[in-house]
Amino acid sequence: MSIDGAAGSPPARVAFYNDPKVRSIAYQVVLCAIIGFLVYGAASNAIENLRRAHIASGFGFWQRTAGFDISQTLIPFDSATSSYGRAFWVGLLNTLLVAGLGILFATILGFIVGIARLSKNWLVAKTAAGYVETIRNIPLLLQLLFWYNAVLKALPAIRDSYIIPGGIFLNNRGLFIPDPVFENGFGWVLLALVVGVIGAVVFYAWARRRQDQTGEQAPVFWIAVALVIGLPFLILALTGFPLDFEFPKAGRFNIEGGIEILPELAALLFGLTIYTAAFIAEVVRAGIMAVSRGQTEAAYSLGLRAGPTLRLIVVPQAMRVIVPPLTSQYLNLTKNSSLAVAIGYPDLVQVFTGTVLNQTGQAVEVVAITMAVYLTISLVTSLLMNVYNSRIALVER
Amino acid sequence: MKRFATMLALAFVVVAQSASAQTLKAVTDRGTLNCGANGTLAGFGLPDAQGKWTGLDVDVCRAIAAAIFNDPNKVKFVPLSAKDRFTALQSGEVDVLVRNTTWTSSRDSSLGLSFTGVDYYDGQGFMVRKSLKVNSALELGDASVCVQQGTTTELNLADYFHAHNMKLKSVTFATANEAVKAYDAGRCDSYTTDASGLYAERLRLANPNDHIILPEIISKEPLGPAVRQGDDKWFTIVKWVLFAMIDAEELNVSSKNIDDMMKSTNPDVKRLVGTEGNYGEQIGLSKDWAVRIIKLVGNYGEVFERNVGQGSPLKIDRGLNKLWNRGGIQYAPPIR
Repeated sequence: MSIDGAAGSPPARVAFYNDPKVRSIAYQVVLCAIIGFLVYGAASNAIENLRRAHIASGFGFWQRTAGFDISQTLIPFDSATSSYGRAFWVGLLNTLLVAGLGILFATILGFIVGIARLSKNWLVAKTAAGYVETIRNIPLLLQLLFWYNAVLKALPAIRDSYIIPGGIFLNNRGLFIPDPVFENGFGWVLLALVVGVIGAVVFYAWARRRQDQTGEQAPVFWIAVALVIGLPFLILALTGFPLDFEFPKAGRFNIEGGIEILPELAALLFGLTIYTAAFIAEVVRAGIMAVSRGQTEAAYSLGLRAGPTLRLIVVPQAMRVIVPPLTSQYLNLTKNSSLAVAIGYPDLVQVFTGTVLNQTGQAVEVVAITMAVYLTISLVTSLLMNVYNSRIALVER
Repeated sequence: MKRFATMLALAFVVVAQSASAQTLKAVTDRGTLNCGANGTLAGFGLPDAQGKWTGLDVDVCRAIAAAIFNDPNKVKFVPLSAKDRFTALQSGEVDVLVRNTTWTSSRDSSLGLSFTGVDYYDGQGFMVRKSLKVNSALELGDASVCVQQGTTTELNLADYFHAHNMKLKSVTFATANEAVKAYDAGRCDSYTTDASGLYAERLRLANPNDHIILPEIISKEPLGPAVRQGDDKWFTIVKWVLFAMIDAEELNVSSKNIDDMMKSTNPDVKRLVGTEGNYGEQIGLSKDWAVRIIKLVGNYGEVFERNVGQGSPLKIDRGLNKLWNRGGIQYAPPIR
């Protein structure tokens, strides 16, 4: 009895429709065709129905003059000449601004609260626990309305503005800070800043290599501060301060000049940061608790103090657990920023699916564009986080 | 997220099937009229504490229901924000939109809607605090203005400030409620909407007497009912319900004297109340369609005075909304 002969003989001939490979390919082709047909059918049906209902369709509106005003514009926008397309970019940038700042602040606050919740200090731990349990159990929309009304009600009217030394005004129309005006020669300062940042990075890499080889540590932090802040400041002084400020001042109705931070932005940022930080805190706590207690004990027995233990031993290992759920929280924050519509912050949804949709009446196009934009933002965020995750993931040897 | 649901509904409707062209049949089969109304504007559309809707626009919907069902209460009012209203009508969520909506060319064309007439001739104005000592809208350069999103108001505002070379800081809100609250809290120097709306909203402020309405009217705002395009029969019905109310006032036929008027020998009145001809049947309703409207809801003058005029807290002067032969421009084609 030998099986050699069987292995050597050609495989038994089966009908091609019984070949599993052919079958699986055929099923997939059929499925793709059905899906393609459904999408095509839905799209052509929608176009036909819109035509029959005499509703305008197509993307011609993109170039047409918008004719409305937007309260916060990061790029120049003029109601009389700018197009709906420009309004879209204004809204998108406002969304990215609030999402970016929100992610930054929520991460900082979330890490602090998450670590505080694990503190041995009873008061600190319970305060952090109380914060998390309160905030994450109240709907975000209510919190946004609370912050907006709290901000508006708590701040003085424009004529009784708080005046903070340095030419800063604070009132219920927003925070007004001096606007820097760059004069001739400021380019050198910017150049010094770039040189400083590159220098700091190079120094960090050098110090790290030296520590790996010799074990000697270098004061990386202070040298980086000197390079990034000290050097540009030195050049600023040497070139005779080619920097001026346009100070806000009280006008007939409003504070004029300076940079204006709207209360709507402040309320939205407060709400998003505080709400998302509560979730991030739990993610961080889970990540830290996932690191075995033995790791900390081992670090202590090697003579490391509590700070370096957390920074060098616990957090790097915790990050592997933290990053994937943290990505979800970032995506949530970005999508939740569309609740801006409730408090008058001109984000993408407010400007584009609000005013533009209403003025053009082209719901299908406008909603489709908006969904595509959120999808893109989310996919890019998740891509970046996945890249970061793969860098810190456990490297198995 | 009602707005989003509405949009999805619209997307679904346009994908799945075109909205029914037989609105009258759909309404009679259903037994109620779905009417898109304001919901937050006193004098035009506002439910009271008992949930009973009142307002000029609301009464136009009741008149349509009265003409069809002989019962003004067979109406389901759907409160809509300015920015959701057209989507709700396009998607078939409501049969008629009577929500202080301005008739413009683009709404008549690219939105796929048809306005059937004008139930209130309005114009946009500004409200400011008395303490600002502003006497004219032309002094509002650089002022912050609170405004509701998705309205002609939002566009007129930008146009007006641009035309007069004034700098504008507008703060836009999704609903009138939020815009008014923000104005009351001091977020803006001025609140702008149609003049009728300003009088109504002023009553809701913490201290109505601290605010004045500036004399400038910066736009034409003919407000009226709108229906979907593509159903001429329904368009005709909604159009003639409003005309019948105006014609009734012109002929001095009111809810109080309608029974006597049934015996009138005036041929115009006889055609209106259906004792001569079959004009109601021609437009797809009953012979006594106008009688139902007048008896159960009232003529245009009665409805106006009850909701926004001297019989209401708003006490708005009829002005342009007087009949054409009494110094205004309200005018309806004859029934014959």
